[in-house]
Amino acid sequence: MNQSVNSADIHKAIVEQQALQDRRKMMLNGALLLLLLAAPFVLYPVFLMKILCFALFAVAFNLLFGFTGLLSFGHAAFLATGSYTTGFLLSNYSGLTTEVGILAGTLASTLLGMAFALLSIRRQGIYFAMVTLALAQLVFFFFVQSEFTGGEDGMHGIPRGELFGLINLEDNLNMYYFVLAVFIGCYLLVQRVVSSPYGQVLKSIKQNEARAVSLGYNVDRYKVLAFVISAALAGLAGSMKSVVFQLASLNDAHWHMSGEVILMTLVGGMGTLLGPVVGATFVVNVEYQLSQGPLRDWVDPILGGIFVLTVLAFRSGIVGEVQKFVKKNLG
Amino acid sequence: MTMIFGVPLAVLSGQLLIGIINGAFYALLSLGLAVIFGLLKIINFAHGAMYMLGAMVTVLMFDTLGISYWVALFLAPLVVGTFGVLIEYFLLRRIAGQDHIYSLLLTFGAALIIQGVLVNIFGVSGLRYAMPDMFKGGMNLGFMFLPYYRAWVIVAALLVCFGTWFVIEKTKLGAYLRAGTEDSQLMQGFGINVPLLISLTYGFGVALAAFAGVLAAPIYSVTPVMGSSILIVVFAVVVIGGMGSIGGAIITGILMGVIEGLTKTFYPPASSAVIFLVMVLVLMFRPSGLFGKEA
Amino acid sequence: MTMMKKLLTSAVASTLMVGGAQAEISGDTVKIGYLADMSGTYRDLAGPNGLAALNMAIKDFGGTVNGAKIEVVSADDRNSPDTSSSTVRRWVENDNVDLVAGMVASSVSIAVSKILEENDRLGIISGSAASSITNEHCTPNHIHYVYDTYPLANGTASAVVQEGGKSWYMLTADYAFGHALEGDVTRVVEASGGEVIGTVRHPFPTQDFSSFILQAQASGADVVGLANAGADTTNAITTASEFGLTQSGQTLAALLLFLTDVHALGAETAQGIQLTTGWYWDMNDEAREWSDRFMAETGVRPTMVHAGIYSSTIQYLNAVAATGSDDAQTVRQQMMDTPINDMFAKNGRIRVDGRMVHDMYLAEVKTPEASENEWDLYQILRTIPADEAYRPLSESKCKLVNN
Repeated sequence: MNQSVNSADIHKAIVEQQALQDRRKMMLNGALLLLLLAAPFVLYPVFLMKILCFALFAVAFNLLFGFTGLLSFGHAAFLATGSYTTGFLLSNYSGLTTEVGILAGTLASTLLGMAFALLSIRRQGIYFAMVTLALAQLVFFFFVQSEFTGGEDGMHGIPRGELFGLINLEDNLNMYYFVLAVFIGCYLLVQRVVSSPYGQVLKSIKQNEARAVSLGYNVDRYKVLAFVISAALAGLAGSMKSVVFQLASLNDAHWHMSGEVILMTLVGGMGTLLGPVVGATFVVNVEYQLSQGPLRDWVDPILGGIFVLTVLAFRSGIVGEVQKFVKKNLG
Repeated sequence: MTMIFGVPLAVLSGQLLIGIINGAFYALLSLGLAVIFGLLKIINFAHGAMYMLGAMVTVLMFDTLGISYWVALFLAPLVVGTFGVLIEYFLLRRIAGQDHIYSLLLTFGAALIIQGVLVNIFGVSGLRYAMPDMFKGGMNLGFMFLPYYRAWVIVAALLVCFGTWFVIEKTKLGAYLRAGTEDSQLMQGFGINVPLLISLTYGFGVALAAFAGVLAAPIYSVTPVMGSSILIVVFAVVVIGGMGSIGGAIITGILMGVIEGLTKTFYPPASSAVIFLVMVLVLMFRPSGLFGKEA
Repeated sequence: MTMMKKLLTSAVASTLMVGGAQAEISGDTVKIGYLADMSGTYRDLAGPNGLAALNMAIKDFGGTVNGAKIEVVSADDRNSPDTSSSTVRRWVENDNVDLVAGMVASSVSIAVSKILEENDRLGIISGSAASSITNEHCTPNHIHYVYDTYPLANGTASAVVQEGGKSWYMLTADYAFGHALEGDVTRVVEASGGEVIGTVRHPFPTQDFSSFILQAQASGADVVGLANAGADTTNAITTASEFGLTQSGQTLAALLLFLTDVHALGAETAQGIQLTTGWYWDMNDEAREWSDRFMAETGVRPTMVHAGIYSSTIQYLNAVAATGSDDAQTVRQQMMDTPINDMFAKNGRIRVDGRMVHDMYLAEVKTPEASENEWDLYQILRTIPADEAYRPLSESKCKLVNN
């Protein structure tokens, strides 16, 4: 008798705790949203958009790396495919509205992602990383060779145009809210994917692929889908970036870019939803602040130092460490 | 004149020889990587930086202390190898047992630091290093002019490659090494200092890269950034050969040198991309590389 | 009477013009942003020492202009147009930067010039090679100061052909820059009665050039032209010397070589190479005097880019002082109206397309015996007059030129 009361109490407590956590989360999310909405009035909008684009890139990468356990060393290829495709279309076909250009860029990198996935998905661990790197190098070669990219000069003067033919994106604030909306949409999508049954399978693949196979899951299909979604979102990030900056360049396709997104995800906390966002914000800021300040000649070694420090001391990244701290101290 | 696909035979033989020379060079660099990965399961993204350090140390030792090329051939790998031991001891050891990926990230970070600091000290234009007098000039092979130094590169690289392969695969020391890294507790029980063995192995692997750096010093522009673009090429070689396969790295290195050389003749713009194409193709049909064991 | 009237009106007009442009310096500060590669491939030819040159200029000018402060901000461009555009956008939109100086990578220069045009600020590009910067990418808001690919090809190629180097084999970096240079060289060689008999395009970057040098040797051409830059060029030259290219009777022509590159090669390896330069530290007393001061500051001899940064900053400040304004168009017009006569150039002038045209120099790298110290590297063979050197406006595709 007593026991059943107790268990009911416990159940109630758990539910309450859950509700408290949910409320906390909602409040946190609400506060974040307000911050993001107000940010362009305080901070420089183009810089904020740069952060959002890279945050989206890192979120996309993390879906694959953090949640599925696949380290792609070739994500720059998708970023660049998105930005070059969108840039090319918007520069050459003035009839296109901006969103069509962006969708086309996303579509192109989705298709490329599918090709990458089919060629690489069977490879394990470091071999997977290396195949994606090799494929991305081939894509880089293609962009270097193609006339339309402008080689190392890059593609310049991409028109921002009008969203749906209505909203003038030349205006930084309009552009910002558009980028923000896309970013939030994608973030929610990834959140949805991760918490869905499908996302649970991805996680179980990450933890123990053999077990997932023995449970009867067609592991390859799950991985391919994760890869394609990740490539699509990375491409979308590139497309947005080319519209924001009105340029696309080979830097987007270089393997250093693939390394940079790993750094962002790792520093922020891989396998957490917010981690890549925090990581991208952190890395973009550090790089920017350093390149302006008295330490401007030392950006690379300092970024290297952050890499080393993160791997040695904060392997779960900023968000991961905060979560640990909260769990320990605030229950 | 005999022509093959529109290229005179003489030119083609020259290109093949050049390919073999570059291949020997790649073999040397990828050998170090393969040793480090095969025995320690560390993905050493600092390998390019270590190669660069080998060349830089050679130049600096000459400029400041007048140390000659021949001495540098031994001393520079020793210096860089010691540096590698320190990196292993202070950094890599702390992530032992973690996913391989972390070693990749850690060494990548370390390479950025090393390279960045040297850029700030020495700039990027390159340091001067004169060709040792005895290697000046070359011989006429009929189909090409072969500088003596290139001939020496082949000899030196292949000797070191073969020696390393022999020690690791055929000697008792090699057996200890392989056993020590595979089952460290057992070897510890036999009274062998496994952590020391690991440090020394890493040091040896990067010393091989440094040796390649010394070989490079007289013929390539010696700059702090010289290792960054060669790094992924060498990685590709190791992956194609099968990560960790010592013999595989050597054979693939030479093979890739030849393939790259032929591409430089028939379709030069693709010569940097061809290795990656080969890598994709090889891994499609042989998931563990040409000489790797199935995982 | 008419004469008098004319004089009077023009005097009134010029007073009005100055008045019309609101002769004032915004915020009582002239702010200069220095943007360059501080850590990557192009660091040495501009980089931190370029900033030193800029600061020297400001100090020599007296630190203030018409009573207004001169401030400098600086940033590493990371060789990335993205990073550069966010930096420059913030500079011009938030920090009231009036002039952006430096700039090397063409992608950076083009991206920055678009932003300057949007915001009507001024940029002076000193490091870039691409001649497209004042051709199809020209804007009313930037000036290209030191050199570009056009005179490089013109100077070196025509000189070499005149000396009998009729047949050419081109070693080209497979990049927009290399293609442009190769195109310019081919045009000049053919115009001077020579012929390009072969081309090989190598990836950027390439470490080992032996295969390409072998192909160049097999071609039997008189001249091997290097249409590449930086480490690619130095590596190609080192390999050419190793394979005895010049001993076998071929000439090496490097289209773009900076003093820092030649210094890295040394006279032993680089001797005899002909090149075109916009300036050389030892070319006259004024240049020597300035570069002694530069060396005292930085420990190295200046490249033409360093000297260009110094000279252009002084010209800019002079123009601000003369007009009393930091308005981009006013200052640019004043700079266009004022011939440049200083340690960098004699009778240099800035054209409507933003190209600063000045005499260029054909130089030859000295032999080790003739070279007195590590920086004593060039012998100036000939002056290429400004009008011969640069692309004439009649061939321009710039939107500011009426063709």
